[in-house]
Amino acid sequence: MKLYDYVLSASCYKVRLMAALMGVKLPTEAVDFHPGRAHRSAAFRAINPAGTLPVLVDGDLVLTESTAMLVYLAHGPWLGAGPKQTAQIQQWLAFSARLGASLGMARLHDMLLYPGDINALRRAGVEALRELESHLTEARFAGRIFLTGDTPTIADIACFPNVALAPDGGVSLDDYPSIRLWSRALRALPGFIEMPGIHRLHELKPAPEAVPPLESLP
Amino acid sequence: MIAQAVLNEWYPVAMAAMVGPWPGRATMLLGSDINVFLQDGAIMVRGPAGDLAVKVAYGHVWACPGTPAHDLFAVPEAAQPGRRLVDCGVVRVKCSPLRAVENFLDIAHFPFVHTDVLGAEPHTEVGRYEVQIREDSDEVWATKVHFYQPQAAKSAAGGIVTEYMYRVAASTAAVLYKTCPNNPDAWDVIGIFVQPLTEELCEVWPWMALFDDSTPQADLIQFQQMIFLQDRSILENQIPRLLPLDPGREIPTQADLTSIAYRRWLKRKGLTYGAQMVAA
Repeated sequence: MKLYDYVLSASCYKVRLMAALMGVKLPTEAVDFHPGRAHRSAAFRAINPAGTLPVLVDGDLVLTESTAMLVYLAHGPWLGAGPKQTAQIQQWLAFSARLGASLGMARLHDMLLYPGDINALRRAGVEALRELESHLTEARFAGRIFLTGDTPTIADIACFPNVALAPDGGVSLDDYPSIRLWSRALRALPGFIEMPGIHRLHELKPAPEAVPPLESLP
Repeated sequence: MIAQAVLNEWYPVAMAAMVGPWPGRATMLLGSDINVFLQDGAIMVRGPAGDLAVKVAYGHVWACPGTPAHDLFAVPEAAQPGRRLVDCGVVRVKCSPLRAVENFLDIAHFPFVHTDVLGAEPHTEVGRYEVQIREDSDEVWATKVHFYQPQAAKSAAGGIVTEYMYRVAASTAAVLYKTCPNNPDAWDVIGIFVQPLTEELCEVWPWMALFDDSTPQADLIQFQQMIFLQDRSILENQIPRLLPLDPGREIPTQADLTSIAYRRWLKRKGLTYGAQMVAA
């Protein structure tokens, strides 16, 4: 299995995060998205004609949509159960595309100089955040913290990156307490990994790989 | 009104390899619109008052809006055989250009911002190091900086104590020299070239000159981008937005020696674009 990856991409991070949470080792190959635009090259389009990242290859299986990769990597309760929850998860997977098209594009505009109407992108992002905040607040009243049930699913992982990275595109999360609590719950999951702009929880916890004590170093 | 000393400095405005014909790269320098473009094989920079003095060096285009007070700083390592020169592209940051440089000079934040890469708890102590303003080159230098790093570079296999030297080469450009995991006799060279768009908005061009023949280019670039983007959200939240040059409520510690020297050097030279002159 191999992920064609860009370290700053929210969609690539979704897949890396899902694999980490499932305890799956996911080898990556860096694609020079910025500044090289290698994802638009003929060589890369031979792998993915759409010229987008990420791409997940496992044997003869080639996936080019990050939500499909989440489905492929997840199992058990992460995929939900029963027609109602499965349908709700599909609803949020579609919603995650709206987050990418609004907050995600605002971030690329502000950070990597992508073209776009920044005010329109931020406005659409804020509308999506308000919907999400409203849903998560109702969930909290019902004693839940995740999007579709008592445990996280691929829906949470699909929506989390572009929400958590909203400040990179000039959209503050200060106004959304339920979203912030949801983000904290996700960041507290065993196996959670960070990316630039998404920080781990700040307790003085031991690092994932043990750090040798200073006195043992040459 | 921008001080003449500020106008007479060199600033990075583009990655040389990416400049195309008119209008080329439409951007800003010190609050003025400029175009960086290719004409008859030469790179030009045009502002509202005409064409600017231009130099191409270290993979980037440098422009001076006034009358250059001196040559562009020298990085002799850029011409050293065997080094790989890596242009890392641009990242825009909503912060003072001076704060972007100051952050690059800081070591103490490594374990907290670049956790498990450039630093790790509990190895948070910054030992004594030396700082001087070199009179011959008129540059700020920090030397004998040592720090434990879990993954000092893309090519590092494990944790090492890295030695650093830091150099403020221009008001918005700094260069660091650090232990090269592949070659103990040489230093890896990493530059940060900051384009001041306004006093509170900049575009940052990381650049590297490394001894590393094996790591793919995309990996080198993404390692550097990962590091810089970990800094970006911190930089965008620093208060006050302009860099204070006079001591006020901030209490510097020994680890901040380089920053203190940089601020003094900026003040002495009148390079105050992006700086706050009243005490913070």
